Amino acid sequence: MAMMEYIDAIRLAMKEEMEQDETVFVLGEDVGVKGGVFTTTKGLMDQFGEQRVMDTPLAESAIAGVAIGAAMYGMKPIAEMQYSDFMLPATNQIISEAAKIRYRSNNDWNCPVVIRAPIGGGIFGGLYHSQCPESIFFGTPGLKIVAPFTPYDAKGLLKAAIRDPDPVLFFENKKSYKLIKGEVPEDDYIVPIGKANLLREGDDITVIGYSQPLHFVMQAAEELEKEEGITAHVVDLRTLQPLDREAIIEAARHTGKVLIVHEDNKTGGIGAEVSAIINEECLFELDAPIERLCAPDVPAMPISPPMEKFYMLNKDKVKEAMRRLAMY
Amino acid sequence: MSSKGAVDAGFRHEQLGLTHGQVIDMYRYMLLARRFDERNMLLQRAGKINFHVSGIGQEAAQVGAAFALDREKDYFLPYYRDYGFVLAVGMTPRELMLSAFAKADDPNSGGRQMPGHFGSKRLRIVTGSSPVTTQVPHAVGVALAAKMQKKDFVSFVTFGEGSSNQGDFHEGCNFAGVQKLPVIIMCENNQYAISVPIHKQLAGKVSDRALGYGFPGIRVDGNDALAVYAAVKEARERAVRGEGPTLIEAMMYRLSPHSTSDNDLAYRTKEEVDENWAKDGVARMKSYLIECGIWDEAKDADLSAELLLEVKEAIEYADNAPFPKPEDTLLHVYADSDGEGR
Repeated sequence: MAMMEYIDAIRLAMKEEMEQDETVFVLGEDVGVKGGVFTTTKGLMDQFGEQRVMDTPLAESAIAGVAIGAAMYGMKPIAEMQYSDFMLPATNQIISEAAKIRYRSNNDWNCPVVIRAPIGGGIFGGLYHSQCPESIFFGTPGLKIVAPFTPYDAKGLLKAAIRDPDPVLFFENKKSYKLIKGEVPEDDYIVPIGKANLLREGDDITVIGYSQPLHFVMQAAEELEKEEGITAHVVDLRTLQPLDREAIIEAARHTGKVLIVHEDNKTGGIGAEVSAIINEECLFELDAPIERLCAPDVPAMPISPPMEKFYMLNKDKVKEAMRRLAMY
Repeated sequence: MSSKGAVDAGFRHEQLGLTHGQVIDMYRYMLLARRFDERNMLLQRAGKINFHVSGIGQEAAQVGAAFALDREKDYFLPYYRDYGFVLAVGMTPRELMLSAFAKADDPNSGGRQMPGHFGSKRLRIVTGSSPVTTQVPHAVGVALAAKMQKKDFVSFVTFGEGSSNQGDFHEGCNFAGVQKLPVIIMCENNQYAISVPIHKQLAGKVSDRALGYGFPGIRVDGNDALAVYAAVKEARERAVRGEGPTLIEAMMYRLSPHSTSDNDLAYRTKEEVDENWAKDGVARMKSYLIECGIWDEAKDADLSAELLLEVKEAIEYADNAPFPKPEDTLLHVYADSDGEGR
């Protein structure tokens, strides 16, 4: 085990997979010589050469589409979208093509592509370097979507995604790159796609979330226990599609009070579906209405510091929502 | 199309390295595609199938191209009018008819997709969709795989001139040019994007666009199967030598309406259509073979009857074949069964 930053865990996953499988390669803007605008692919070109760590033209639909073509042939491409805000030109390739290749060919062809894209704000990125586009792709059968919170999961889920025979969107949180550190084994392991993770046990409220906001949830949970004796049961979804329905239902039943937290805006977000699952399966075991704490329904977050702060979740906002639910 | 080359070098097809048998075989696939297409129009009108999208007028270019490729190892990304092409690379009329009837044994999609959405791993026909031109970046990706894996196959992709205005065409071409990939990009310019004529779609030539991407672009007479054969053959040789992509614009005319849901005389005249029937590539190939002295009307009548029988047998087979089970709608969303639909 080594203490590692989230970004190092992502890089290590690619490095290990490329070392053991010569069909794995990375392509995207600035991934080669520069090693990525965030340094996610730093050093990989030196080790694997410029063909397997390929700087591409600035054209997201081609990055996705070429990766999809190579994947159908039998390669294992990792296509990097520099910011998830810029992956929308590739949406047709992802939703009309990658997601439907197995289905439309009646299982004759498949598309083992991984599309990595940094999500999230809080970095003064303004409207177009801060978005969380999960809900655009969520609800597209044929796609798998993962969004790791810890460095351990970032490595394990990326390795699982690379080995998966179907297309996987890997949403990595850019604010977490350097902020989130954790123990990461330096050997081979995977975190299975489709399985949520219980981060913390508690009896008063259940908090369900994914990605960076869980950082605030865990801090708030610790303080609430110490200061007010409120204990929180915290679930990290890890995989957004397919959702781990059993884990969601079990966690909701455990306390009967559920708060769902994510940075993507509220309307039509992942939280709406999590809430619907709980309603369908265990409504009468609840002791309070299901709460959602998400970003406001505005097009995207502004760059001006007070506005960005207003938009973003933080420990205090999460703590307040958790306390309110516990008191219900 | 003239049969005469230099006296010593023999007929035009011989100069291109094709035997009499091969050029007759080319004609056979062109005529098969034509008969197949005609019958599908009738089947749709008779209410036996739901839809047909036609390739009539485009068979010469399609079959000419197929013969220039390596049908044992190249990868093909055809578009929805390419019946002549897929027949020539090995799909059978029976298989295509199973698709037209949306039956369970359709190898293209198991009855899931509209007809004309080809796919067969066995034949290296890469599965396609309806949003046009998405297959161009895929072909580039397959060619990238060939380069990375040091394989000597090429990928071949087609689309209409309407599709050549989509971003994926340009993004795919540029990527292929930068990486010098073994891909042949062929536009079947049939002069209509459904109802929109060429002068409302293009201010220049599709083939000229290759200049901006750093590789050759050529325009050929798409009604001349041998001219297309020659162009694709040369493009394939360049690709295998590592010299990169070629854009080929094959000029032709969509003799049929866009699909069975289209009335083409609402936007073009019968005179215009008739004028183009006179340039039909299938009839032209027949005349060429006769001119070469390797074909005659009696042989042609026999072949026509044989192909019609083959298509009829395919219709009968497909008509009697079982539909997919309704609940099979839920299958093959993901590889693992717990990811299946619900």
